[in-house]
Amino acid sequence: MNDALDVAFRLLLVFAAFIALPLVIGQAEHKVMAHMQGRLGPMYAGGFHGWAQLVADGVKFAQKEDVVPANADRRIFQLAPAVALLPYLLVLVAIPIGPGEGAVGQVVDAGIFFVMAVMGVGVLGSLMAGWASANKFSLLGGLRTAAQLLAYELPMLLAAASVAMAAGTVSLTGILDAFEWWWLPWQIVGAIVFFVAGLAELQRPPFDMPVADSEIIFGAYTEYTGLRFALFLLAEYAGIVVLCGLTTVLFLGGWHGPMGDDGLGWVWTLLKTAVLAFIIIWLRVSYPRMREDQLQKLAWTTLVPLALAQIALTGVVKVVIQ
Amino acid sequence: MNLAATTQGFLSPTGVEIAFILVGLVTLGAAVMTVTTRQLVHAALWLVVALGGLAVEYLLLTAEFIAWVQVLIYLGSVVVLLLFGLMLTKAPIGRSPDADSGNRPVALAVAGTAAAALVWVVVDAFRTSWIDLDGPAQGSTDTVGAILFRHWVLPFEALSVLLLAALVGAIVLSRKHAKGSETGSATDSDSEGER
Repeated sequence: MNDALDVAFRLLLVFAAFIALPLVIGQAEHKVMAHMQGRLGPMYAGGFHGWAQLVADGVKFAQKEDVVPANADRRIFQLAPAVALLPYLLVLVAIPIGPGEGAVGQVVDAGIFFVMAVMGVGVLGSLMAGWASANKFSLLGGLRTAAQLLAYELPMLLAAASVAMAAGTVSLTGILDAFEWWWLPWQIVGAIVFFVAGLAELQRPPFDMPVADSEIIFGAYTEYTGLRFALFLLAEYAGIVVLCGLTTVLFLGGWHGPMGDDGLGWVWTLLKTAVLAFIIIWLRVSYPRMREDQLQKLAWTTLVPLALAQIALTGVVKVVIQ
Repeated sequence: MNLAATTQGFLSPTGVEIAFILVGLVTLGAAVMTVTTRQLVHAALWLVVALGGLAVEYLLLTAEFIAWVQVLIYLGSVVVLLLFGLMLTKAPIGRSPDADSGNRPVALAVAGTAAAALVWVVVDAFRTSWIDLDGPAQGSTDTVGAILFRHWVLPFEALSVLLLAALVGAIVLSRKHAKGSETGSATDSDSEGER
């Protein structure tokens, strides 16, 4: 009975984090963008610093009518937001935030494979939405999503494989246990490749061509309204949390920090994740959008060779220090 | 392994086995839907359910690593490629009657033969093997890696050579077309050179 309670408690905590963290990211995005671009709108609602903007957005989404276009494939159209969102919840279960077995939702033996595999399933949500909307812009968005996958998946996996080689394990907790500070310069190329490829997976600027609003309205999500649209937005923010958390765990040492590893490890994890999330928002307000073919070129001529070089370097260093 | 079989009845209903059968039925149903549905994209999405169900079966058989690789490769990449191809060519909403090639009986015969052969081989090979769920995990990454690179290196390398050959073949096939247009007109070959 105690075990069942323990599991239920952990899952509840993960679920709470899954609800809370994306909202925090959403709020941060409002504020950071408002400051960086001098936007006045998000600073107004609720008085002080526009704190109620996110609440107002939520109320707006909940009030809107849930429209399914007449020619759409009804069931798939309605199922798509769930397919896009749920994988990120599953990934969050496996990300350790502190030392020891107590600080992770569920220890997964093949952790890297688990997170990569489940994150990949989220793409299906966008594809389903793009196809089922019966809208040309949606279909174009879906096509671009799929094309993007061809670019980012390989470098992302290769970069993650490099860390797994360094640690000698594919378990996320195992990787953190093996982490040393000098891995940071050693794996820095892999970290950058992983992060850039992750940005492409999340369809965040500068890789937001699947939703490019000035070209194809809003890509696969054009026909969505109300709560279902909000679910897609939530999936995007949950994706930011997951990508930053993963980059932290794989490349930045997770709960390792200059001091207080044992008690306050989770603070380090959250801090690093928050800094990375800030960088993602920062990139959104400062970089123009790339074209789909430019991303392919970037991925196949830069990211993949860099990731392969990182794997070679990891292998050489690993053999030398043994 | 053999001794364990004497203590286990065939399909003694433990929880894992009931789950295994149920997931298996769902997988089979999804697979049948994949080949019988008249909507192309639905077929691809039913394939997602079938392949996902297969991953769950691997998990229930304690082959964790294989299960995640199954999800990563088949759900995350192969099905996405399939959907990409469908969207790029022809993916109407609703039925596509012209997609039926009239080869149903032949396809059924081939599928039936393949299924019979596979079931026969697997049943014959693993008839009396039982997985000890309480012992150390038998399908962990560690075990799979050790077995793969200790006992099965040659098939592994042969497979990688096969894949490499397929890759080179695909490149050759896709370049053939460009060459044809090159001989067609001089301007084409010029632009080809610039690229």
